[in-house]
Amino acid sequence: MDKILEVKDLHVNFATYNGTVQAIRGVNFDLAAGETLAIVGESGSGKSITVRSILQLLAKNADINKGTILYHGEDLLKKSKKEMDAIRGNKISMIFQDPMTSLDPTMTIGKQVAEPLLIHNKVSKKEALGRAEEVLRLVGIPNPKERMNDYPHQFSGGQRQRIVIAIAIVDYPEILIADEPTTALDVTVQAQIIDLLKELQQKIGTAIIFITHDLGVVAGIADRVAVMYAGKFVEYGSVDEVFYNPQHPYTWGLLDSMPTLDTSEDDHLNSIPGTPPNLLNPPKGDAFAPRNEYAMQIDLEKQPPFFKVSKTHYAATWLLHPDAPKVTPPKGIQKRFEKFKKLGDK
Amino acid sequence: MAKYILKRILYLFLTLFIIATITFFLMKMLPGTPFSNQNRLSPDQLAIVKAQYGLDQPIFIQYIRYIGGLFQGNLGTSFQFNNEPVTQLIGQRLAPSMQIGAQAMILGTILGILLGAVAAIRKNSWVDTLATFVSILGISIPSFVLAVLLQFYLAYKWHIYPVALWDNFQSSVLPTIALAALPLGNVARFMRTEMVDVLSSDYIELAKSKGNSEWQVVIKHALRNSLIPIVTIIGPMAVSTMTGSMVVENIFSIPGIGEQFVKSITTNDYPTIMGLTIFYSFLLILVFLVVDILYVLIDPRIRLGNGGND
Repeated sequence: MDKILEVKDLHVNFATYNGTVQAIRGVNFDLAAGETLAIVGESGSGKSITVRSILQLLAKNADINKGTILYHGEDLLKKSKKEMDAIRGNKISMIFQDPMTSLDPTMTIGKQVAEPLLIHNKVSKKEALGRAEEVLRLVGIPNPKERMNDYPHQFSGGQRQRIVIAIAIVDYPEILIADEPTTALDVTVQAQIIDLLKELQQKIGTAIIFITHDLGVVAGIADRVAVMYAGKFVEYGSVDEVFYNPQHPYTWGLLDSMPTLDTSEDDHLNSIPGTPPNLLNPPKGDAFAPRNEYAMQIDLEKQPPFFKVSKTHYAATWLLHPDAPKVTPPKGIQKRFEKFKKLGDK
Repeated sequence: MAKYILKRILYLFLTLFIIATITFFLMKMLPGTPFSNQNRLSPDQLAIVKAQYGLDQPIFIQYIRYIGGLFQGNLGTSFQFNNEPVTQLIGQRLAPSMQIGAQAMILGTILGILLGAVAAIRKNSWVDTLATFVSILGISIPSFVLAVLLQFYLAYKWHIYPVALWDNFQSSVLPTIALAALPLGNVARFMRTEMVDVLSSDYIELAKSKGNSEWQVVIKHALRNSLIPIVTIIGPMAVSTMTGSMVVENIFSIPGIGEQFVKSITTNDYPTIMGLTIFYSFLLILVFLVVDILYVLIDPRIRLGNGGND
């Protein structure tokens, strides 16, 4: 597969009054043309910062102090401001979390959707607006022609998110970054937006990096999943591998805290005890170790490397080391393993 | 929109009528009479003069007469200023006051917006500190102190502008600067605060993600959204600048309207007091109307006429 984006050993620090927060501590991933990669993790795990680093839309106190972000082999971190402006909204674009505040309240939506076209292409205003109308129809805004001159406050939350998506795809980006695009919406609208993204992906062939803390959403859209914790990836693989053959205890915890169709009334959902580590002083060993009931001595002392589970599936836990003792994962996870076997048999 | 403006203009005249009524009776309660040489007049002479100006009638009749004249656009004749009609008096004196007032407002507002915007964009840099310093100076130095300083350096010492003259545009430069300092400081402060807020909002981040450069983001998205609260303060500021320039007018010997107002009150020049009050009120209401219209033009969320049922 053709790799269009490769993030290597990304480190991002934030200068705060209390000291330097090491928000991203060595993230590696790549993205192939047209695929969907989901990055999941709890709040503060660094998902948003990871993808915002790609577009360099970080707060002023952020410092990408190590790593490379290769887009078609060229390091985005070495590009000038002007070169980055030419990439944003054109090659790589972004959908934001809260549609209620993401649109300029004083500009008509037609102009807002047409704006990226006018910035990046030599087109007339009329052509750009015509194209904007087309895209608004594509994302499912009814009567786009009449509504082009309306302002954001005249639309509902779901419609506004459709408009935000229209802005992101109007210039047919190669990569679309969706930063929790469904979090602020209610559940029925969430499903519509996910369907819309899938449909658009097929039509324009864009690759999607999908950020979410909702595993239920991931299953419906992603090709591959990466699980993030305390500024690092802890496990990544195909959707089936991560959902039905998870290896990292943190992934176990996440999956076990999610209700499934098999969950009966008598079962109770598990939660992960404790809180994430303070990244002002990141732990020496595995950051998840203090919350991990399967933790071994080495977890507290040394960071686990990625162990290969399959050609596409890797997990960073010492449990995968050949010398590690065999542990019994939670019941819910065992059920998942059984399903994975059936998947494999097919 | 047209219907709304028409309605507002109707209210404007209603408000003016109420103001005229209140002012008329308040004015009649002022101690003293319009006649400076009253002590030397015999009761007969006084009665003749009073009858000449209609002051012998009961106050209510005087009021009816005055309002009647008002509807015909007649503000009466001044007792003091060479028996000139008040409309003519205001007309002559108005132009200079309005000119320096308007010039000062335009200069102060534009510079204030620029200064505040640049300070917000370069927050916590030396530009920001400088802008804060300038706006605090503008707000805290009284306009007459600034006027005298400007007069001393730019006119008396360096001969760039005339000291005190009312002639051409050049003679209006110094009073304009003196009056512009306050609106400049105020607008800059408001603008900075608002712009800092706007620049950290989600839609600005989205605008950046579209590929807008830093300055394009400011010009296309941040500026307009930051202007909404500025419009609010500009209205009352414009009125006070255009009317409250009395001291500065004096310093630069500008034949303005402010000086006349004070004189008319101390001499019980009833028609002039009435005329100027009505005129100032008219100006204030008009400015508020313009501000409200500006709101609608700048912020599409403010809609007229449908009770906000959007």
